[in-house]
Amino acid sequence: MALLNGILAQLLNGLRIGSIYALIALGYTMVYGIAKMINFAHGDIIMVGAYALYVFVSLLHVHPALAVVLTIGFCAVMGITIEKIAYKPLRNAQRLAVLITAIGVSYLLQNLALLIFKATPIPFGSIIRVPSITVGEITISGLTMVTLAVTAVVMVGLTLFVNHTKMGHSMLAVSEDQGAAKLMGINVDRTITITFAIGSALAAVAGILYISQYESLLPTLGALPGIKAFVAAVLGGIGSIPGAMIGGLVLGIIESMSKAYISTQLADAIVFSMLVVVLLLKPSGILGKLSIEKV
Amino acid sequence: MKKVLKTAGIACTIAMLASSVASAADTFLIGGVGPLTGAAASYGVSVKQGAEIAIEEINAAGGVTVGDTTYELALQFEDDQASEDIAPQAYNAVMDAGANVIMGAVTSGACIAITAQTYADGILQVTPSGSAEACIENDNAFRICFSDPEQGVAMADYMTDTLGLTKIAVIYNTADEYSTGIREAFEAEVAEKGGEIVASEAFQTNDTDFNAQLTTINGTDAEAIYVPAYYQDATYITKQASDMGMSLPFFGSDGWDGVLGTVTDPATVEGCIFTSPFCASVDDEKTVAFVEAYKAAYDATPDQFAADGYDCVYTFKAAMEQAGSIESADLIAAMTEISVSGQTGDPITFDASGAPIKDVKFVTVKDGAYTFVE
Amino acid sequence: MKKYGKQIIGCVAAAAVYAAVMILVNGGFLSRQMMSLIIPVCMNIILAVSLCMVVGFLGELSLGHAAFMSIGAYSGALILKSGLPTVAALPLAVLVGGVCAALLGLLVGIPVLRLRGDYLAITTLGFGEIIKSVFNAATPVTGGAGGLKKIPPVTTYRNFTFVYILMLLVILLVSNLVKSRHGRAICAIRDNYIAAEAIGIKVSFFKTMAFVIAAFMAGMAGVVYAGNIGILKPVNFDYNTSIEILVMVVLGGMGNITGSIIAAFLLTVLPEMLRGLSNYRMLVYAIALIAMMLFNNSPLKRMLVEKHNMRQAGKIE
Repeated sequence: MALLNGILAQLLNGLRIGSIYALIALGYTMVYGIAKMINFAHGDIIMVGAYALYVFVSLLHVHPALAVVLTIGFCAVMGITIEKIAYKPLRNAQRLAVLITAIGVSYLLQNLALLIFKATPIPFGSIIRVPSITVGEITISGLTMVTLAVTAVVMVGLTLFVNHTKMGHSMLAVSEDQGAAKLMGINVDRTITITFAIGSALAAVAGILYISQYESLLPTLGALPGIKAFVAAVLGGIGSIPGAMIGGLVLGIIESMSKAYISTQLADAIVFSMLVVVLLLKPSGILGKLSIEKV
Repeated sequence: MKKVLKTAGIACTIAMLASSVASAADTFLIGGVGPLTGAAASYGVSVKQGAEIAIEEINAAGGVTVGDTTYELALQFEDDQASEDIAPQAYNAVMDAGANVIMGAVTSGACIAITAQTYADGILQVTPSGSAEACIENDNAFRICFSDPEQGVAMADYMTDTLGLTKIAVIYNTADEYSTGIREAFEAEVAEKGGEIVASEAFQTNDTDFNAQLTTINGTDAEAIYVPAYYQDATYITKQASDMGMSLPFFGSDGWDGVLGTVTDPATVEGCIFTSPFCASVDDEKTVAFVEAYKAAYDATPDQFAADGYDCVYTFKAAMEQAGSIESADLIAAMTEISVSGQTGDPITFDASGAPIKDVKFVTVKDGAYTFVE
Repeated sequence: MKKYGKQIIGCVAAAAVYAAVMILVNGGFLSRQMMSLIIPVCMNIILAVSLCMVVGFLGELSLGHAAFMSIGAYSGALILKSGLPTVAALPLAVLVGGVCAALLGLLVGIPVLRLRGDYLAITTLGFGEIIKSVFNAATPVTGGAGGLKKIPPVTTYRNFTFVYILMLLVILLVSNLVKSRHGRAICAIRDNYIAAEAIGIKVSFFKTMAFVIAAFMAGMAGVVYAGNIGILKPVNFDYNTSIEILVMVVLGGMGNITGSIIAAFLLTVLPEMLRGLSNYRMLVYAIALIAMMLFNNSPLKRMLVEKHNMRQAGKIE
């Protein structure tokens, strides 16, 4: 019984971290699916979201609910601005050029945060207060449930949006073939801009939940979850919205299970080995579709 | 490329000339090396600010008189991003500026990356916080803080002998030299004293989720948890432990200093005990003066790194006065003869190996404030 | 004569750079800060040129170059520490470092055959993180998080000649390889692997080969790194290091060896040049990076290049 409880508790730990990965991975996958670029600055937008929430709530004393809306709006606008300045001029350049610019943006955001908010971590209490549930000996924290619910809602919402709205259809078309989409009268630039707005808004949501979970603000806080979520997105099949969710949760669970039952020292190695194994068995991730190239 | 190098060379020669002119006006330049950007930035910034407070105090009081010349102290602090790759460049940049002594590097790895060069240059190097044993291997290198093993052993003795704890769990950072260094010494000493390490759980730098490790420890019969790590990690660990409803007492290393500034609820660290030579809320005159000056200048409470930086500057002052010259060899020779009344120890003296001789103190959090354990 | 023109220019340039550096160093014209940059510049050029082969010519995104470098650095450092005389130890270390890295390259080469694009990128990143974790855990051999210390300083700027020759060899090897029959095969795979396969190019063989050779050279760069810094820590070989090398390759213009060399030089020296800006240093570096990328792909640059080409064409006429 104790063993079973232990396993259950570790599973919940995995879900707790995995749901955050999943939420970040959704943003990654969204941008990748449509704009076909790995947005390395995605993790740093999470950081911006977390700091923005802190500024609104603690410094400007805005009501938390309004602060959440403002934070999401702020990040969406920032996403659009970054896209306009740094990514758009490179739309016709090699794909890697945009990748490097994204890295530049990532450095830029981190160093801006460092200059403005300094290097010392800032404590910032959670604005989300949900009581935890206790079933038998197992306690499920309220925040984990909220994060899971938000991630699930976002996933369903995004799927519906992409498949059942006009904008969503244009996104699919742009993702399939930018040139053809243009010929069909789709405004490609606008579609990509909106994709970035949505991606950044998702990053803001992730930032809000992340900071509510861990309660400490650092200029580099987005880097590690960012890279883990990137792994999660690839694991699930990059470009696939349900894949991102599955990838995130699977990654979180593997991580906490290997920490609990194999080795905390080698946990990272195990996680990445699993990734390599999964990709060798299924080269385009768990839910990714294998694109067959026609000659 | 050739042209760029040449221009750079000329520019630097001019800079060197300019700095040598400056030192003619009796300036004693302290060359600082430490992280000002990157993940470890807060340590370097603290050291720099602590040192600046000391320099201001000393200069306001008329500088340092050596023989019949009075020197004004100055600090040039270069960013090494806590990286072994960049530290040599940072060190050489301060040497180009004509540094008389080296304060640094702030982190162990970066410090070790420059020790061979400082030794070859024969310059006095005092690291405020490089706690690895290899930092002070050479004769010209000294340190202000305790070494990693000293701390681990001191805490192990305290926990087993004084508190009578026998079953101890450890959480440490496997990617960090400071953390692994203390952990090794601690575990060996606990075993020596007949105690038992019931769990030894690792994490990686920048990890923020410790639930898996804490759940594992919760399943053992541990009586206490020892976390040799920095305050950011301690913040996450104590918070997540209290969320899980764990009530085991926490023990930490000197990296814990500053933890009260980063927790959202002081109750999560109430009662924890850590080794620290410095405690900002002690009300003796010297500490209060330092804390107030620091608050006025930087709007922050000084941590142990700031205190180390402060003491480092006073160590240089003492060495200059003792040596009666500012020649590197004389300064180095004077180091073992001086006694510094600092923030992190009073008195601090140095042995021939370069290690400081000062008391290990234990700090606890009581009613949301730091106090020394009596 | 025309055929060898470029090579002669290259040789003259290489000799001139060597002479200039030697004069600057021995004449005391260089500041110490600049002298400490000489070896990192050479090392980064080796890394950038070798990665250029994978990313620029083979067209596969690799985010694990630092892992190859770390294998080379650790194995080479163990040889350097073994107490052999430097004359024997250094070449042996460079060779062993390169071979160990190449073996890992072979191992990574296996998934390379199955995966493409971003999936491959994340796999190489994964390999890098696995190796970093293993180095952290294998304390008895690698020193763990504390690092492998006291490596003899055999590749500092005083041994510039050795490092410089190594760098020239790497540049020569890569630039000749890509012009050779094998190089054309590699480029054909990049441009259209289906067509390449259809005309009988062994795609698997050439992909693996490119990876192994690049890994070999990165391993040698690792040994240079070890002998210059004197301490090896797993943290210094994380994905950020790989990304820094990638930035050099992309900034230099993919598949452009000269570009990679210039970019490696600029990106190594730039942060040091910006020291005067103190706290704003890394911020300015980030802005400079974005600006350079934007400029590289801007209509302005295209115009300048076209103008230059026109002028060249005019000269020939």
